[in-house]
Amino acid sequence: MFNRLQSFTDWLIYGVINFDKAAHLAQALNFFVFDSIKILILLIMIVHVMTFINHYLPIEKIRDFLVKNKLYGLEYLFASLFGVITPFCSCSAIPLFVGFLKAGIPLGVTFTFLITSPMVNEVAIALLAGLFGFKITAIYVITGILLGIIGGFVIGKLKMDNQVAKFILQARNTTNTTIDQVKVKFSLVLKQISTDSFSLIFKIMPYVLLGVAVGGLIHGFIPTGFFESYITKNNPLAIPLAVIIGIPMYTNSAGVIPVVQSLITKGIPIGTALAFMMAVIGLSLPEFLILRKVMKMKLLLTYFGIIALFIMIAGYIFNWLL
Amino acid sequence: MIIKILGTGCPKCKLLEQMTRDTVAELGIQADIIKINNMEDIMQYDIMATPALVINEKIVITGRIPSKEVMKHILLNEK
Repeated sequence: MFNRLQSFTDWLIYGVINFDKAAHLAQALNFFVFDSIKILILLIMIVHVMTFINHYLPIEKIRDFLVKNKLYGLEYLFASLFGVITPFCSCSAIPLFVGFLKAGIPLGVTFTFLITSPMVNEVAIALLAGLFGFKITAIYVITGILLGIIGGFVIGKLKMDNQVAKFILQARNTTNTTIDQVKVKFSLVLKQISTDSFSLIFKIMPYVLLGVAVGGLIHGFIPTGFFESYITKNNPLAIPLAVIIGIPMYTNSAGVIPVVQSLITKGIPIGTALAFMMAVIGLSLPEFLILRKVMKMKLLLTYFGIIALFIMIAGYIFNWLL
Repeated sequence: MIIKILGTGCPKCKLLEQMTRDTVAELGIQADIIKINNMEDIMQYDIMATPALVINEKIVITGRIPSKEVMKHILLNEK
């Protein structure tokens, strides 16, 4: 699919600008131009699709679906899948958490959604697909969905419902109104979707370019296999360390994924890298601070602890399998 | 009419407030615009994402910023 883009980049860097193919700088530049354009194309496609789905399946409808249907355990699966298609912004974490609980959705199912929603998002999917290919992207997405299901289920079993803020407990099972969104013409909807998509893409593009630039430098200047001697699959501490470093890092996925990709080509094991990315993307300090307002510390630490543990386990499994 | 903007102070919420004020002024509508910042007050409304726009106690937008055209459409329709 991107063969032509690679030919174009080669032509641009080695033909038009006439760089020496063997030069480190030329290789780094080639990597930068090719990856930036490829990611931009994927971002435009994937963000538009997700925004479109989200327009017709807003979070309120998802909540009503989970409340009204008897799902016999499948509610965890549905909550996790809905988490994939819902964009996540840490500033919306509170209304989301409170809204689910108020409507009577169990705490465990609410957490499933809260786990998957940030971890599997459209920006991460576009970047992973562009830089790692579809196999690794599928592995990441499926792992994220499973983590949400298992994590939510475990938290649900711990019976910690009393650990949420008082005003939520008092308001549980109280609301059932539906939102009366204003109907507008389809052409206006499409225009709005495109505007929304591009405003998101423009916002993250500087991080993408920075990440790809750093990745390009690593790609061009650090010798292949450089990290193999330091971070091997056999080092059992590498994964826990990667996760613990990853959690407080407040860089969005757009900046981290390109750097991690170039590190893998220099010898960092894929499972360790995946665990690191999941920790960076799925758990963040701002989210922690915001959720502190609606739940007690014990529940919050349990949530972060369980997810961190599961990400580590997933990392070991990937290193063993891949 | 009474327009309420629900939001805790994230950049998007401020943008929505500004845009509502601008559009109301542009259309020459008589409206009281109230910004609600307190989370517990916000959660009195049945919304799942901020910012949200409430006109005469009816929730018309949640979780996003409308385009100028959509905003005009909404304001003129809800008047």
